[in-house]
Amino acid sequence: MALKSWKELPIGCVVSEPGSASEYHTGSWRSQRPIWDNAKCIKCGICYVFCPEGCVQQTEDGFFQANMDYCKGCGICAHECWPRAIKMVEEG
Amino acid sequence: MNIVENFDLFAPRLINKQELFSSGHRACSGCAEVLAVRLMCKALGENTVIASATGCMEIVSSMFPTTAWRVPWIHVAFENAAAVASGVEAGLKALQKKGKIDGRYIKVVGMAGDGGTMDIGFQALSGAMERGHDMIYVCFDNEAYMNTGIQRSSGTPMGASTTTAPAGKVSIGQKTWKKNMPEIMVAHEIPYVATVCTSYPLDFIRKLEKARNIKGPSYIHCFSVCPTGWRSPSHTAISMGRLAVETGVFPLYEVENGHYRMSPDMPKKPRPIRDYFKSQGRFRHLTDADIDMIQNRVNKEFQKLVEKTKYLKTGNE
Amino acid sequence: MGKRVGLEVTVAVAEAVALCRIDMAGVYPITPQSHIAEHLSSLVADGTLEAEFVTVESEHSAMSAVIGASATGARAYTATASQGLLLMNELLPIASAMRLPICMAIANRAVSGPLNILNDHSDIMPQRDTGWISLFVENSQEAVDLSIQAFKIAEHKDVMLPVNVNIDGFQLTHMVEPVELPTQEEVDEFLPPLTPHATLHPAKPVTMGAFSMSDYFTEIMKAKDEVIKNSKKIVLEVWDEWGKKFGRHYKPVESYRADDADILMLTMGSMGETAKIAIDELRQKGVKAGLLKLRLWRPFPFEEIREALKNAKTLIVTDRAVSFGGPGGPVFSEIKSALFAGKHHPAIYNYIIGLGGRDVAVRDFVGMFEKILSDKDQKAKDTYEFWGVRE
Ligand SMILES: Cc1ncc(C[n+]2csc(CCOP(=O)(O)OP(=O)(O)O)c2C)c(N)n1
Ligand code: SF4
Ligand code: SF4
Ligand code: SF4
Ligand SMILES: [Mg+2]
Repeated sequence: MALKSWKELPIGCVVSEPGSASEYHTGSWRSQRPIWDNAKCIKCGICYVFCPEGCVQQTEDGFFQANMDYCKGCGICAHECWPRAIKMVEEG
Repeated sequence: MNIVENFDLFAPRLINKQELFSSGHRACSGCAEVLAVRLMCKALGENTVIASATGCMEIVSSMFPTTAWRVPWIHVAFENAAAVASGVEAGLKALQKKGKIDGRYIKVVGMAGDGGTMDIGFQALSGAMERGHDMIYVCFDNEAYMNTGIQRSSGTPMGASTTTAPAGKVSIGQKTWKKNMPEIMVAHEIPYVATVCTSYPLDFIRKLEKARNIKGPSYIHCFSVCPTGWRSPSHTAISMGRLAVETGVFPLYEVENGHYRMSPDMPKKPRPIRDYFKSQGRFRHLTDADIDMIQNRVNKEFQKLVEKTKYLKTGNE
Repeated sequence: MGKRVGLEVTVAVAEAVALCRIDMAGVYPITPQSHIAEHLSSLVADGTLEAEFVTVESEHSAMSAVIGASATGARAYTATASQGLLLMNELLPIASAMRLPICMAIANRAVSGPLNILNDHSDIMPQRDTGWISLFVENSQEAVDLSIQAFKIAEHKDVMLPVNVNIDGFQLTHMVEPVELPTQEEVDEFLPPLTPHATLHPAKPVTMGAFSMSDYFTEIMKAKDEVIKNSKKIVLEVWDEWGKKFGRHYKPVESYRADDADILMLTMGSMGETAKIAIDELRQKGVKAGLLKLRLWRPFPFEEIREALKNAKTLIVTDRAVSFGGPGGPVFSEIKSALFAGKHHPAIYNYIIGLGGRDVAVRDFVGMFEKILSDKDQKAKDTYEFWGVRE
């Protein structure tokens, strides 16, 4: 995104696009990625609740997956998933 | 005890789906403080205005020209979140009374870290609570000044090593006991004080919802695991919070109009604090004697709290 | 036409601010400002003024709270002095960066140490570079008029900047003088309701006070500098409108018997009244003396200063504050830099006067002129002196 000139800045530097931080993809920080094994998943939603990035979403079939644009690979979801349906693998 | 048992199955159905704090924020991987912010927004919903202090959560969320916030949010300085929130509350109130803006109920929130709350922002917070503004103040306590490089605060626990109270040959690190901020807020005789931790999301959300429905000031003290500052693995942020609660290091309770109630998640008999200390780099240098000394204090404080929940019970009038 | 009433200036200022229908005030007591806070809160208490009066626990919180209120779109007001202003200092550039049209009275008082509650300008001078529009008044009527004009200037869509009105502590704030208070209708007609540029409201969520790295910081500073420089145009428009409506005229630099003067003196604030009498005395003695009064401190009126000095041979700048280890007084250094860029360079002298409430009488002003006039080979030119200091 091109940087704005001083004349183009909003008055008082007010940011009027809510949630625009999502333009920035934190997925590049990741060294490990979570892999879901739906066969083990009981759809409890713990992975969704505990993800600090808010990047775990429920799909139509009720299972969960992470948006890799944002997943930082912290491993919380895998560590907290009680039926061990998520495992962390090295980014290759 | 398994997690699902004390968690409620199918949590997402009970939780506001809206993400009012967006992905793309710059918090460290595995940060439970930012998770707390995310859950707070879910609990409070969109009719919320937040005034934030300087600190990790401010920096990671508002990199100009972008923002992670989907609720109205303002940051002014480090020590004044409560004062800014007072002004926001007064402004909205005046404009609503005069019919200049719509009359929906808006909850004003002040938020800061432990430094921004317990040290430099202490006076502004005390003033705002004493004046009785209709607002929630949330302290995100990660037990040090993390944003500026892990310096000690009055919320840093005894024995933790930080960059300004480092462990050394003749020092165990932090030499003072953690300031009991929730008790100080209780002494302000505000309607509601509660401690929360993201490891107990339903308890967390319930308490924030309760605070939201109270007309007047309330104070929420949020235990926020910081893997970077505590030198603990990022995947353990939730289990670490659970250990803090289970060991009684950070008990979950609430005080409604002076009446104490322990949260149902609290164990009857706390685990030894060693379980909590062992995987954190900031405590690694402590000797057995040091840990015993801290254990004694934790026992004593926990017992005091148990007594309060017995004798200052909710609904005991 | 408003009514003429005899009021203490602080009370008159509070009445003027109430006529502006503020929505919120956050004021912390400090002498000699406190009467403004007291009178405003009594107007709220008796229902005359419909506003939230937030009884903050410090000036830091006062400024923080008015910033918060202003960010919701409320018309917000505060007042302070001296230590209180210094305690606010951290927040002043933030208020201007956020472009919040907050108005503030400063009952100018010396800054500690040692503690002193009396008048000089050492409180406002260190705030010079905070991005606030800064105005000075000479008498009670001006205090009333500028307190109202401040909102109109601050809230103009091309300005949206905070404004402070400087009223000399005690010397002026505690005077009881007849002033004309405009009527509510007149003020309503002059001052339309505030249209904020953005507000904290769930109907349209915005982020205010975002964090900036070096990629944007320079542009943000440039934009802020431009907007305050350009605000002079609006200040002049507002004064023009006020003059037409109320018959009282204001200019960035005002003059008294200056047109044909060889030697000019420049004052700020209430001392202009005494200096005027000195000018009359000197004129009677045949000295072609004149007076300039600087009303607009920020944005600094460079062209107007050059214009006012275009024929002067000698200029005495008076300062009510010291820039320790620097060029003397802050006003002196500003005037010098204004003149440096122009072609005409009068001999310029600086007296630091009236510190911590030290009385400056007519004979003092006359004495300053006489001393400079006797400096035939201009030895003291470009230097500064603490007038009346005991050696
Ligand atoms: C007046 C002032 N003093 C110091 C700082 C530097 N500073 C910014 S954030 C911070 C520490 C924040 O610690 P805390 O409030 O615990 O929040 P955290 O970053 O740990 O979440 C400090 C010291 C500042 N911005 N302003
Ligand atoms: S935590 Fe595990 S079991 Fe629960 S929904 Fe996520 S993947 Fe499925
Ligand atoms: S690894 Fe961390 S960031 Fe990625 S989905 Fe799991 S909890 Fe979220
Ligand atoms: S330093 Fe700690 S609190 Fe701050 S963003 Fe990183 S993990 Fe979170
Ligand atoms: Mg902290």
